[in-house]
Amino acid sequence: MSAAPAIAFHDLELGYAGRRILSGVNLQIESGRFVALLGPNGAGKTSLLRAVLGLVAPLRGQIRVLGRPARRGRGAVAYIPQRHSLNIGTHLSGRDFVASGCDGQRWGWPWLGRRARREIETALECVDAVELASRPLGELSGGQRQRLLLAQALLGKPQLLLLDEPLAGLDVLHQRQVVKQVDSIRQRLGITVLFSSHDLNPLLGSMDQVLYLAAGHAQLGSVDEVISSPVLSRLYGAHVDVVRVQKRIFVLPGAGGQAHA
Amino acid sequence: MLEYEFMRHALLAGVMVALLAGASGYFLVLRKQTFAGHALSHVGFAGATGAALLGAPPLAGMFAVTVAAGLAMGWLGDRLKGSDVAVGAVLALAMGFGMLFLHFFTAYATQATALLFGNILGVDGTTLYLLAASSLLCLCALAMISRPLIFASLQPELAEARGLPLRLVSMLFLAIVALATALCTQVVGVLLVFALMVGPGAAAQQLTRKLGRGVALAVALALAETVGGIVLAYRSDWPVSFWITALSCGGYLAAAAWRHRQTRRSPYKAN
Repeated sequence: MSAAPAIAFHDLELGYAGRRILSGVNLQIESGRFVALLGPNGAGKTSLLRAVLGLVAPLRGQIRVLGRPARRGRGAVAYIPQRHSLNIGTHLSGRDFVASGCDGQRWGWPWLGRRARREIETALECVDAVELASRPLGELSGGQRQRLLLAQALLGKPQLLLLDEPLAGLDVLHQRQVVKQVDSIRQRLGITVLFSSHDLNPLLGSMDQVLYLAAGHAQLGSVDEVISSPVLSRLYGAHVDVVRVQKRIFVLPGAGGQAHA
Repeated sequence: MLEYEFMRHALLAGVMVALLAGASGYFLVLRKQTFAGHALSHVGFAGATGAALLGAPPLAGMFAVTVAAGLAMGWLGDRLKGSDVAVGAVLALAMGFGMLFLHFFTAYATQATALLFGNILGVDGTTLYLLAASSLLCLCALAMISRPLIFASLQPELAEARGLPLRLVSMLFLAIVALATALCTQVVGVLLVFALMVGPGAAAQQLTRKLGRGVALAVALALAETVGGIVLAYRSDWPVSFWITALSCGGYLAAAAWRHRQTRRSPYKAN
């Protein structure tokens, strides 16, 4: 395998129409890691993921993904978008939904060959969703749908998996299940995972590193390196408390700020 | 029945139109864009009457205007969401202009009813060829875009990330829907396009969870309802358009009732 990092940001600046979201980002995510992308709302987690996908052009600097410049349509990069629009195709079976992602960007008739069918079944087995797949999407719970989205993302043998807030709207038990499943897939397939979340606690024990975004800056490191009062205070540019209660960690930005982990 | 040329023409025209209406209608329902079919037919009315006023064939005017409107709607895409008042106003204006063009074009008093409620028993040989050619062309185009269309409908963000031009797919699809709508008006008229474009697709979605089977069912239902409508009209001497709308509505209700019973028997509970 190449020694190139999975993702490398060089002097990256992101933003829209005059509004800067992130700047001066210089860091590398090594291949095979499970990296949690954390930060308060509006810190730029989604924008960063979209930039890695090539959907947002940087204002300055560059992004290299798997050793090449970030560009749309890289099959090696899989993506689970935030807030999947669940009101379309609710009558369809999970299997047909997953299958729609199989070379879905190619023009033509959606004919599935034997190899494509086998790949879909393998992906469904990988997330333990073979039985779910015959039920219509509208009958599935949030956690079950998340498994189908994961199966769909695995089609095309990706090397990098980007997940945008996959834990939103799930209870603690299901959050842990999703994290464990993603981690076991990462280990089995040897892929890199960048997993954005509002809360770091469900990811404790599974993630290797934290990429923390706040106040336009980014910091990468282990949980102990990044989630500490001095480091986060410097990142936020204001005092931040970090409270540890029974193996749970809470980040409390300064006076008037809201607690989030 | 088949000894009459107008009946043979009507049945052939109905089959050609139903093939396309069923297939494109399934995707229209899947993408929750059924209102687009309704809107395009209204805009087409102005196109047809405007063309007649200028001395051009009404069908050509309808084709041109609906396709232009379809492309524009595809281009605007999500920006149309939430602007239903503006869209409604434009539709009313289109119908108003259609009425105005008819007012100036007094030579054709029967044209209005034909356009609004369809006139499949009046299809001549030339029109039949035109319907068949455009229907087959659209079916081929729909087959060509079906894979990215399904992906873009179910997973727009992922499709975009994989490099699929969402706007182009949307524009191509609505251009096909526009032509399908224009063809449907030949059978059931501007006001009843909904019955042929939406009814079969909506019923098919109640009947199967499989995408491919759904398209096939929608086409089969559209064919059965159109041919059935023409035959019933011949037997009863009631208008074809009435029978097609009645069959379409009955088909949807029966499918929905079947689905309701299946769901109550289903061992799975939504949670």
